[in-house]
Amino acid sequence: MSGRVITITSGKGGVGKTTTTANLAMSLASLEQRVVAIDADIGLRNLDLMMGLENRIVYDLVDVVEGRCKLKQAMVKHKDYPALALIPASQVRDKTAISPQDMITVANELKHAHDFVLIDSPAGIEWGFKNAVAPADEVLVVTNPEVSAVRDADRIIGLLEAEERPVPVRLIVNRIKLGMVRRGDMLSVEDVVSLLSIKLIGVVPDDEIIIKSSNEGVAATGRPKQAFEDIARRLMGEKVPFMNLDSNGGVLERFRKLFGGG
Amino acid sequence: MSGAIQFKGIRQGLLVTIPPDDEWAKVIADLAIRIDQQAAFFKGASLALDVDKRAVRRHELANLLNILQKRDVNLISVLSTSATTQGAARKLGLAIELVDPPTTTSHVPDALKITESPHEAPLLKSDVHGTEGLLIRRTLRSGQSVQHNGHVVVLGDVNAGSEIVAGGDIVVWGRLRGVVHAGAYGDETCVVCALDLQPTQLRIGALISVSPPSKKRRKHPERAYIDDGMIRAEPWTD
Ligand SMILES: Nc1ncnc2c1ncn2[C@@H]1O[C@H](COP(=O)(O)OP(=O)(O)OP(=O)(O)O)[C@@H](O)[C@H]1O
Ligand SMILES: [Mg+2]
Repeated sequence: MSGRVITITSGKGGVGKTTTTANLAMSLASLEQRVVAIDADIGLRNLDLMMGLENRIVYDLVDVVEGRCKLKQAMVKHKDYPALALIPASQVRDKTAISPQDMITVANELKHAHDFVLIDSPAGIEWGFKNAVAPADEVLVVTNPEVSAVRDADRIIGLLEAEERPVPVRLIVNRIKLGMVRRGDMLSVEDVVSLLSIKLIGVVPDDEIIIKSSNEGVAATGRPKQAFEDIARRLMGEKVPFMNLDSNGGVLERFRKLFGGG
Repeated sequence: MSGAIQFKGIRQGLLVTIPPDDEWAKVIADLAIRIDQQAAFFKGASLALDVDKRAVRRHELANLLNILQKRDVNLISVLSTSATTQGAARKLGLAIELVDPPTTTSHVPDALKITESPHEAPLLKSDVHGTEGLLIRRTLRSGQSVQHNGHVVVLGDVNAGSEIVAGGDIVVWGRLRGVVHAGAYGDETCVVCALDLQPTQLRIGALISVSPPSKKRRKHPERAYIDDGMIRAEPWTD
């Protein structure tokens, strides 16, 4: 059975693509999936940092593409999850070192021995983004509940829909602060979903835990961990109800109904 | 949308018409908000302000000038039948009739130039039986643009950041949040209809109207059309 290639992208930078890729990869691995994560942000790599693998890197994606090593040699095995590996980005080369066709070749080769191939896309809509989405079977668009991030997500979704071979696109709303939503100071998840009119696959709270765990290169704990694990399960086809982020209850109840758990 | 400040692209720049009954302070504030919402659009533009019968005193006009200058918008002339206003304008070095821009570089913002130089297309009248239309069965997303000589019908949303320019009418079976221009060749009988009419900017013919910032509101179908030289919106019920 062949695995699925899933690209995590956003349009706007800094909304949490890398955080999402790292945590989803670790969640999927902890659910006994065989996972390989590819850092397609050439020149600005940091997926290795967030997965705590920086000091184990020998070869990178550009080395593979340019034939300096075998694909296997560039795969950095995760220290806690034997079924999880990372293919790091090159720190020194720029993104034009790789073409969409290269990405397709690499992803196709990885698909056979893995359940999930996750690709962390760079921000923007240029070359790097095109590389990252070229081999995708599915795309996850990450956004924040902010007008500018939503606008850029919309742009990306439009580009994906206009592809020759459109693939399913689902939405992750990251950094939701329910206190602010309740006071009407922040777009709610419902607002974002209604603006973008695509299927929601996950909601991740804004939480200091993420900053701490990212810095340490380990998986998030607490509620963020739960949120990523829920997304992982939904990717695996389970019907998981949306987490109630509102400790007073209620707010998320509505879109739990609306979206039926993804 | 009624009672709003109107902008019209003319050869001499942008003609601004203000609601007759609003207090001057409110007029200035509203104008500033409009400009700030679309700073790039207004930057460097030349304005002619039509205040009609209103008597505007010198310090009032000076306040306005000050606010426009801060936003890099040039007030060139003030049109009025009031002697007070004309006197005030003269003292501040403003013209009291329309003046052509000094050089060949037009001060009309780029976005408006379409009304000045129509495409090489036949003039379409939306009330003529059998005019052509384009049906779009998807949501228009940020960065996407549709241009068509006839009518444009969208079965989906028109999101903020997207744009439709139509020679005829624009009908949106969904939410309209982007920039739309109906009657782009100058047909002022054209209409724009949407199940939820919240455009970033709406133009019909040469008239422009900018939505006030959207508060949470119940969405309802509306139709925008030109009435008496102003863009108005009314419930779209029939
Ligand atoms: N849910 C969250 N709560 C708190 N902080 C977060 C959350 N998600 C992401 N962050 C923080 O936001 C910053 C940017 O995250 P990240 O690097 O994952 O974004 P990105 O989309 O990959 O950025 P880039 O476009 O630069 O690649 C990081 O410092 C991260 O710790
Ligand atoms: Mg990143």
